[in-house]
This record gives sequence, C-alpha cells and structure tokens, in this order.
Amino acid sequence: MTTMTAEAVKTEDKRLFYVADEHEHGEGGSTLLGFWLYLMSDCLVFAVLFATYGVLGGSYAAGPSPRDLFDLPLVAVNTSMLLFSSITYGFAVLEMQKNRANRMLLWLFVTMLFGGAFLGIELSEFAHMIHEGATPQRSAFLSSFFTLVGTHGLHVTFGIIWMITLVIQVWKFGLSEANKRRLLCLSMFWHFLDVVWIGVFTFVYLMGVLR
Amino acid sequence: MKRFGIIALLPILALLGGCNAVVLNPSGDVAWQQRDLVIISTILMLLIIIPVMVLTAVFAWHYRQSNTSARYEPDWDHSTHLELIIWAAPLLIIICLGAVTWMATHLLDPFRPISRTAPGQVVTHTTKPLNVDVVALDWKWLFIYPDYGIATVNEMAAPTDQPINFRISASSVMNAFYVPALAGMVYAMPGMQTQLHAVINKPGTYKGFSANYSGAGFSDMRFDFLGMDSAGFEKWVSDVKASGGGTLGRTEYLELERPSESVPVKKYASVDPNLFNLIVNMCVQPGKMCMHEMAAIDAKGGLGLAGVYNVLPLEYDKYERRGSDPVVKRSYVASVCTTSAPMGMDVRAADATPADSTPLVGAGLPKPVSLFQSFAQKPSNS
Amino acid sequence: MFENFDLQKAIFGRLTLESIPYHEPILVMTFIGVAIGGAVVLGAITYFKLWGYLWREWFTSVDHKRIGAMYIILGLVMLLRGFADAIMMRAQQAVAFNGNEGYLPAHHFDQIFTAHGVIMIFFVAMPLVTGLMNFVVPLQIGARDVAFPFLNNFSFWMTVAGAMLVMASLFVGEFARTGWLAYPPLSDYAYSPDVGVDYYIWALQVAGVGTLLSGVNLIATIVKMRCPGMTMMRMPVFTWTALCTNILIVAAFPVLTGVLALLSMDRYVGTNFFTNDFGGNPMMYVNLIWIWGHPEVYILVLPVFGVFSEVTATFSGKKLFGYTSMVYATVVITILSYLVWLHHFFTMGSGASVNSFFGITTMIISIPTGAKMFNWLFTMYRGRIRFELPMMWTLAFMLTFVIGGMTGVLLAVPPADFVLHNSLFLIAHFHNVIIGGVVFGSFAGISYWFPKVTGFKLDPFWGKMSFWFWVIGFYFAFMPLYVLGLMGVTRRLRVFDDPSLQIWFVIAAFGAFLIALGIGSFLVQLAVSIKNREKLRDLTGDPWNGRTLEWSTSSPPPVYNFAFTPVVYDNDAWWDMKQHGYKRPMEGFKPIHMPSNTGAGIILAGLSAVTAFALIWYIWWLAALGFVSLIATAIGHTFNYHRSFNIPREQIVETERERSQELLQAAGA
Repeated sequence: MTTMTAEAVKTEDKRLFYVADEHEHGEGGSTLLGFWLYLMSDCLVFAVLFATYGVLGGSYAAGPSPRDLFDLPLVAVNTSMLLFSSITYGFAVLEMQKNRANRMLLWLFVTMLFGGAFLGIELSEFAHMIHEGATPQRSAFLSSFFTLVGTHGLHVTFGIIWMITLVIQVWKFGLSEANKRRLLCLSMFWHFLDVVWIGVFTFVYLMGVLR
Repeated sequence: MKRFGIIALLPILALLGGCNAVVLNPSGDVAWQQRDLVIISTILMLLIIIPVMVLTAVFAWHYRQSNTSARYEPDWDHSTHLELIIWAAPLLIIICLGAVTWMATHLLDPFRPISRTAPGQVVTHTTKPLNVDVVALDWKWLFIYPDYGIATVNEMAAPTDQPINFRISASSVMNAFYVPALAGMVYAMPGMQTQLHAVINKPGTYKGFSANYSGAGFSDMRFDFLGMDSAGFEKWVSDVKASGGGTLGRTEYLELERPSESVPVKKYASVDPNLFNLIVNMCVQPGKMCMHEMAAIDAKGGLGLAGVYNVLPLEYDKYERRGSDPVVKRSYVASVCTTSAPMGMDVRAADATPADSTPLVGAGLPKPVSLFQSFAQKPSNS
Repeated sequence: MFENFDLQKAIFGRLTLESIPYHEPILVMTFIGVAIGGAVVLGAITYFKLWGYLWREWFTSVDHKRIGAMYIILGLVMLLRGFADAIMMRAQQAVAFNGNEGYLPAHHFDQIFTAHGVIMIFFVAMPLVTGLMNFVVPLQIGARDVAFPFLNNFSFWMTVAGAMLVMASLFVGEFARTGWLAYPPLSDYAYSPDVGVDYYIWALQVAGVGTLLSGVNLIATIVKMRCPGMTMMRMPVFTWTALCTNILIVAAFPVLTGVLALLSMDRYVGTNFFTNDFGGNPMMYVNLIWIWGHPEVYILVLPVFGVFSEVTATFSGKKLFGYTSMVYATVVITILSYLVWLHHFFTMGSGASVNSFFGITTMIISIPTGAKMFNWLFTMYRGRIRFELPMMWTLAFMLTFVIGGMTGVLLAVPPADFVLHNSLFLIAHFHNVIIGGVVFGSFAGISYWFPKVTGFKLDPFWGKMSFWFWVIGFYFAFMPLYVLGLMGVTRRLRVFDDPSLQIWFVIAAFGAFLIALGIGSFLVQLAVSIKNREKLRDLTGDPWNGRTLEWSTSSPPPVYNFAFTPVVYDNDAWWDMKQHGYKRPMEGFKPIHMPSNTGAGIILAGLSAVTAFALIWYIWWLAALGFVSLIATAIGHTFNYHRSFNIPREQIVETERERSQELLQAAGA
C-alpha cells in the first residue's frame, strides 16, 4: 500500500481522471451476459419443479405410477427430436457466422420442424394420459409430472414463437449485428432447453420407470 | 445519543419490575429450561452488544466535528490487530452459543421423551406418562385421553410432576399448539403427527392457544390448561366421564370438525379408540382411504390405471364457512374395502405391512416377486 | 333466465356488484378519500398540462436516474398505505379487550395484517432499495446508464403493476386472509376460495418479474460497465452490496415465482401440490417459500449496509475502515443467507440435528454482520463526525440494529424459538431489524442522495423532527411488543381476554402514532424543501464533501451522467481526484450515444396488470386477450431497431458550460 502511494505521488502529474479519447462502444455488449443470468434464473425455476417432482414423484395417491403410464420408446423418439433440433440450430449458427442468411434460415426452419414434432409428440402423450384418466388432478405425482414437463413444453413453445419472429426479422432486415445477437441468445435458450430435457428424460422418465 | 441505550433498557427494567411474563416465569420444567436458555443466550450476547452500543455513543460524541482536540486521521483505514479482534470477538461468542445450542436443541427436542420432571427428579422406566392426543380443529382444540377413553374440547388437564406425551395433529390447516407455562410450541398440521413431551410442576390454570394464524376464528382458539395434583386429576377424569357428554365417534367428530368459533368447553365420556389415528391419516370420513394405507400402496407402485377412478366426491361440505361456493369440486381417494375390514384397511394391520424391498428392474421386465417374496413370507422354511 | 346468468359469468367471471365492498364503511370512506385525492392530483396534472411532460420525460424514460426516483416515489406512496394498515392494527389491538370486539371484524383485520406485510416488503422496502441502487450504482461506477435501459423501465412498471393490483384489492373484492406468506393448506382453494389469495399471487408474480429483471440488469451493469481503473476491489461498498443483493435477487426470486406458480396451479387447475389429499405436501411450500424468503431479508438489508458504509465514511471525513473485510463480510452473508431458511420453522418438528444445524448457520451470519458493525464503528474512530441527517440515521441504526440482531440470534437458538416463535417478540425482532435497518437506511440514503437527485438539500429542521419522531416512535411501538412476546402473546390476534396486556398495546399504539408524526414530518420536509429550494440549492454537485464518483458530476446529473468517462486510480475515486488536483475537462467533447425513451415498458406492464386482473376474477376471455396482446406487443417492440440516439456535441458543450458557471457561482458564494 505504501509503495503504491509513493508511486502515485511520483506519477501524480500523469494521472488523467477521464478518458479523453473515447471510442464508441458497440451496443449490446452486455446482452449475452444478461441473457445468461436470465437463463440461470430460469434454471432455478426448473430446479424448483425438479425438487417438487423429487418430493412428490412417489405420491401416486393409490393411482397409476410412471410404470403404468410412460411409453419409453415414444419418449426416446421425442428426445431425439429435441436433440436433433439442437444440432440443426448449431448448423444455423455456423451459417450465421459465415453470413449466409438463406442457409441459416433453412436450418432454422428445420429446427422449428423438429421442435414442432417434439411438441406434437408431447401433446399426444399428454392427451393419451388424460384420456386414460391420469389427469394432473389425480395425484401429487401427476401434478408435478405435468407441471415439470409442461413447463418445459411451454418454454419450447415460446422458443418456437421467438424463432418465427427472428426468421421474419432476418428475412426482412438481414443478418445485422442486432439480429445476430438475438440469434445467439435464442441459441443459448434452445440448448438450455435441451439440457433441461436431458434432466427430465433421465429423472422423470428413466428413473420413473425403474422405480 | 446515549438516550437510545436507556430506552433500550426500558423493557428489561419493566420486566424486573415484575409483570407476568410467563415465558420468563413458567410452571413446567421444559419451559423452565427453555427460559434458562433465553437468559443465558441473552447474557452471552450482551457481552458484545453492550460494548458496541457504548462505543458507538462514545465515538460519536468524542469525534464530533466541533471537538477539534480529538485526533483526526483521515487516511487511517486498516489495522490487522483490530480486524483480528472484530472478527474473533463475535466468533468466540458464536462458538460458545453454538455449543450451547447444539446441546440444548438435542436435550430439549420436543420429540424426545423427557428425562426429568424437575431438577433432580429423574424419569425412570417405571414412571407412567400421561398420553394426550391433541387435534387442532377449525377453531377449537380437541384433547383425547387414550389412557382414559375420554375427550374434551377447549379444556385439558394434567397431573403435576407426571410426564405428558402429546401427539399433535390438525384437521384442516396449520396451527401451533402452545401452552407457554408448560413448554414451547409445536405445530399442529393436517395429515402429519408431531410430538411434544413436557411436564407441569405447579398446579394452576394456564392459558393455551394456537400460535399460528389459521383463519377467521383464530383469535378465540383458546383453552385452559389445568395443572392438578393427581387426586384432583382423577376427579377431573371422573367428572368428564360423568358429565354425560356422550361418545365421540366418527360421526360426532365429523360434526365437531365443522368450522365454529368461540366454542365452549365440551366433555365426552368416551371416545372411539381409533379416532386419533383416523384423524392423522385424514380418513375419519367412512370410505375415504387412509394416508398410511395410501403410502403403503404407493410404496408398492400404486394401483395402476385401475386406480384412476377410485375417487369419490366429497359428501358434506366442511368448507362451508370458508367462503363462497367452490368451483372446483372436491373429491377424495376411496378406500379399498374388504370383507374383513369394511371401513378400509385397519390401521394397525397397515402399520405391520412391510415396504416392498424387491430390487429395481428395468422396463418391461417382470418383478422377481415370486422368488423373493416366498422367502420373505416363510422364513421358518429355511 | 339461465342464459342471462351464464352470459354474465362469461363476461364478468366471478366479478359482481357484490364484490365491491360498499357495505363496509371504513372502506367506503377510504375509497372516497382516495377518489378525492386522486381526482385532485389528476385534475392538477391536467390543469397544468403536465400529461405530455410526464409521459415523455418520466413514464417512458429509460434514464436510470429518473427510474430510480420513480421507484422511491412508489415506495413512499406505498409506505402511506402500508402504514395505514399498521396503525389500524395497532388501534384494533389497543381496544379489543374485555369483550370489546374492536372496530375490525376478522374478515377485515385478517386482510389488513396480510396486506401490511406484503406491501411493506414488496412495495415499500423493495422499491426503496431498488430505487437507491438504480439511481446510485451507474453513477458510482462511472457509467452513463444501466446495461439494459429499456428493461429497467419495464421492470419499474411491472413493480407498479403489482402495487396497483394490491391497491385494487382494497376496493374490488378483497385481499388474502392468510398472512403474508400464504401458507397452504389455508391458502389453498379449499380454505380460501375467494379472490384474496389470487390477488396476492398475481400481484407478487407481476412485481416479481420486474424485480428479477432489474436484478439481471444491475448485475450486468456492475460486471460490464465499470469505468476504466475500477477493479472489483475499488468499487464503492454500496456498489458491492448492490452486486450481492442483485445476485441474491436473481438466485432467490425464481424460487418465489416457481412456488407461487405451483400454488396457483393448485388453485386454478386443481392439482395437488400442497393439498391435504391426493398425496400433496404443504411442507414443500413452507420450505420453498423460505428458500426465497430468507435471502429476501438480505436483499433488503444489504443495500442499506452499503448506504451506511458510504454515509459513515463521508460524514466522518475518513476512509472506510476495513474495506476488504467489509467486502468479504458482504459476500459471506450472501452465501450464508441460503443456508438458514429452516430457522423460520424450527417448530414444525424437523428433529434436533436439523434444527441445530440451521440454528448454528444462522448464528454464524452474525459474525460478518458484527464485523461490519465494528467497521463502521472504527470508521468513526479518529474521524471528524458531522451530524447531518444521514449520519443521524446511521447512528440510530447502529444503536437500534444491534438490539434486533441480538434478539435475532436469540430466536436462532431452537429451544428459545420454541417459546418465542410467532410471538410478538418475533414481530418486535423483525421490525427492529427492518425499521432499524432498512427504513432508517432508506431515509439515510434518501437524505444523503436527495441533493444529487434534485439539486437541493432537504430541509434539516423537519428532517430532524421526522428523525426523532421515527426513532422514539419506533422504541415506543416495538419495545412493548418484546415484553408482550415474553408474556406469551402470539401474533395476528384480533381480540384479547387478558386485561393486563392492554397497557402495553396502548403504549405500542402511541408509538405508532409518533411514527405517523414522523412520516408526516417527512412529507412536510419534502414540501418545505421544495418551497425553499433556492435557499437549499447545491451548485457544487458535492454538498457533503463526498468520496465516490456520483459527487463528481453536477446535481442533478446531466442525462449522460459524465461528459467524459472517468478513470479511477483508487477506492473513493472522487476523494482521490480531489486530493490529486482534478481539473474538469473543458474541451474535446464528443457526441454521446444514449438510449431513446420508449412507451413499450408501461404498455407491457399495463397489459400484464389487465391479464392478472382477469385471471383473478376468472374473466377468461379478457385474460386470453390480455396475454395475446402482451406477447404481440413484446414481439412488436423487438421490431424497433432504432433504440438510441446521439446527444449532439453542441448540447453537451452548453450543458457543461452551465455547469462551469454554477461551479464559479458556488466558489464565489
């Protein structure tokens, strides 16, 4: 500390207390960090839902258990839909970095198809369960199952809505800096949902059937 | 600035003046030990709080701007010795307090049977405790004496110097069972059973109440806790039996359970011995599946899709005092009836059912039931 | 006939004329008062043609300083409502003895204590600390705005929307009758089927979005936008506490969002998370809500610890003692605050080992807090203490807070908690730390930074009146509650049977009356200060001989905060600049890039409020319409790519020239 002060006294005259020659900062320098922080908070919402499932997942209220309800081959297909959609989003980002808007849009379109397929399969699974009487109201297990998986599905839905918006924006305004930033944010969001789904697949479906 | 300190001391002075602070002057040994802990902790902390308050006042006064004779060192901002002290002093106190806390929390755990009824009065295995089952209803207290087969509402009595084992539950929402003169509070929660072990040492009439807000009638959810010598207690029991209050069975309980406020004392000469278990398991209503039964079924993997429609609509509306008409129809899981147990599975029989201990198997594979279970069921064969 | 009935349900949901509490005289009088007051304010705004100005310069503003000021105004307005609830409770409890039922029926009283808690925590304390952080942090780190200015505006209006929902519950329907944390099963549909809990859920959800986003915003701001030279260990302590607070917000509020979502699922869809039947588990709710709830306590108190650090250093004319240990203490508190939640329900039968673990972790928090206390103490040591208003609040805090801290540690001893849990002792304890800490800290912060916000100081006489009324009123109001707690009196009681308690409640009510005078004096102080603003004017921008960067710019600061981004060489950057003969740059100005104002935030928040209101009353068509409009507006907003503009060089030159004149004038005076 003392050496610092001595040094400071020496260089006192050289101290400039402001940036004389300021360069324009690009906009959105904090966007990716900010979006990361948001994703972490979202992650905590899922943590709550996972914890709830962990506590209530065995309370079947003398009703059906995962073993009676889950169709693992179907869920496996569903999982692969989401994983493929993540890969295709990755391709879209690669094209984006090469500034090839049309190819990128094509990959986004494929991603949306996979995402849509995922949602479709999930909804049909839900419909089947509800038709059999395994409604969210039937037991705490089913409440937490529907809420956890449904919240993930809701996120995927919003991801697709966001993707449609971005497709239109890229199509209209091109691959501007702002649009690239948004595409990267959506990319993080989409991969995040993938990671969450891996958790859902493992803890809810696989462990559920094993239990 | 010094006047703050004086104001802060006011309540302590007032207490010394002798107002009826029951928490500081209880009549039961458990509450007494808890009181000691309150005082010890306070003294331990005052060791550091008082110097801080005094120093604050002294520094604020001495280093005031108008006192130009005081030292002024505008760049002095670090002292390793001082830093050590300011971290170590609270640390030491917390170490002491932490040790006290660890021991006292284990010794005074309400779930742990008490080991003494008064200083020096050790509880031996020959000491017969009084069992009381407490149920928080909307908005009154039900006390069941399983040893005597009687029950009361909004009044309970206990003989002095005899350990009391409480089992506590609730019918609908959370309450807390609290008799400040007797012992600390424990929550009464629906579908759950908590415990409290305590003893009352001085005869007298003490106040008991709910210490957790539970709805409109909460303020009047009070009862008298009567500490009596054993003769007096025996007389109280026989009075209850002679009061002509009738039997508290399942039907009467369902009637009693309905929300009501400022309920006068009621006495029941006899009580369904199984009632408290039914209350804890939320299955007083005939035909409703008990929670422990449900848990046993769930531990075996539920009832499958066949169990989906095993629900019945709720017949009577115990919520009628809780607001407007419900939009969502309430229902409950129906019990599995057998000829041997027409009211659903028997409570004690269910307790004896072992949990399924078969190993995990993969999807589609059958459970290896036959092999393991046959061994488990016939241990004498081996 | 039946068709008519269905139509009404379809259009208005469960909202009927009966939902308006016109049969409750207290509420009718309140409504008349609010309506007249509102009409006067709105009329005045219209008469002076201020709508355009307010809309352009304030409502749509993305300037962190204006948003910060609006947060504080929101907090103060809601303080009046929350305090009205408080004084009604005190009055009820002071009279309801000997068979006297008091003047509040249970239906009303139970709403009041719920609303009091919710409002004071979410809509008074939170806006006050968020407002201070919003205003001060960018200035202290030498930034021109926060990282996401539009988001900042949106966050603020979401908080307002939540507050509006709580206020609406006063006149349309009712508020929750569950206590401020709405424990199930009581808050479940079975036991609280009315709209109260729904108001509670949606008000907190809407405001929670705002809080969460402002947390993200300020973390990104502090991490990314510090000026050159300001390393983490050169940040002012207030900025450090703001960083830790916002980390807590981002790490805690999602849990609240999650648990309230589960509760609303129970209430709206009929799921069984927290119900008694079908395998639900109410304990799950209690755990989750306190996993949010305990960090929330530190979210409130950490920023004011920062305020006290700044104030003590400034008014002692001295560097903060033990900066490093102050920072580490803050970080340790941040981490530990997640390991203590169970101490809120020792009495629910968790077992001795669990209880003592959480009891001891709770006590450990008092070590860094104690270290902070000593640091402030030794900052005063060998200082030159000026007893200006902020410093007076700080001293009152130091003397009051230690008592609250002591009773807090006492309550952390599980067997002691068994006799004091839910008692008035507990009430006294947390008011002791929240009023003694958060409220005193907010007043210290407000009187400290007021000249920076407005360009003139607050009137000291009325400030001192307010101070003394508040402090003495606090002791009168809450010391009796400690005594009552030791007499075994529990919280939330509406009527009492033991007449010997009454005197204590009367003293407490008198204390509440003194606090009312304190609040009144504060309002008078504001009015008098505005009237005498020329006399109280601060031209230097540095009225207290401050130490941190916010005092290096003018009061009020220009839109762009700093014409040149500052460069920092030491903690207490502005002090360092003053010591080393800093000269204000007078030439070489460049145009400054700033974000444009936008109405999107207030519109989105308005739509959220409408959607929430529709959900509360089961007006499904309106909820769907509101939600779709919300999404559409949000998407529409992303099509606006032109969100910033350049402040031309000439304008900056002109602003800085005026500033130079002011400085000259101040030097001459």
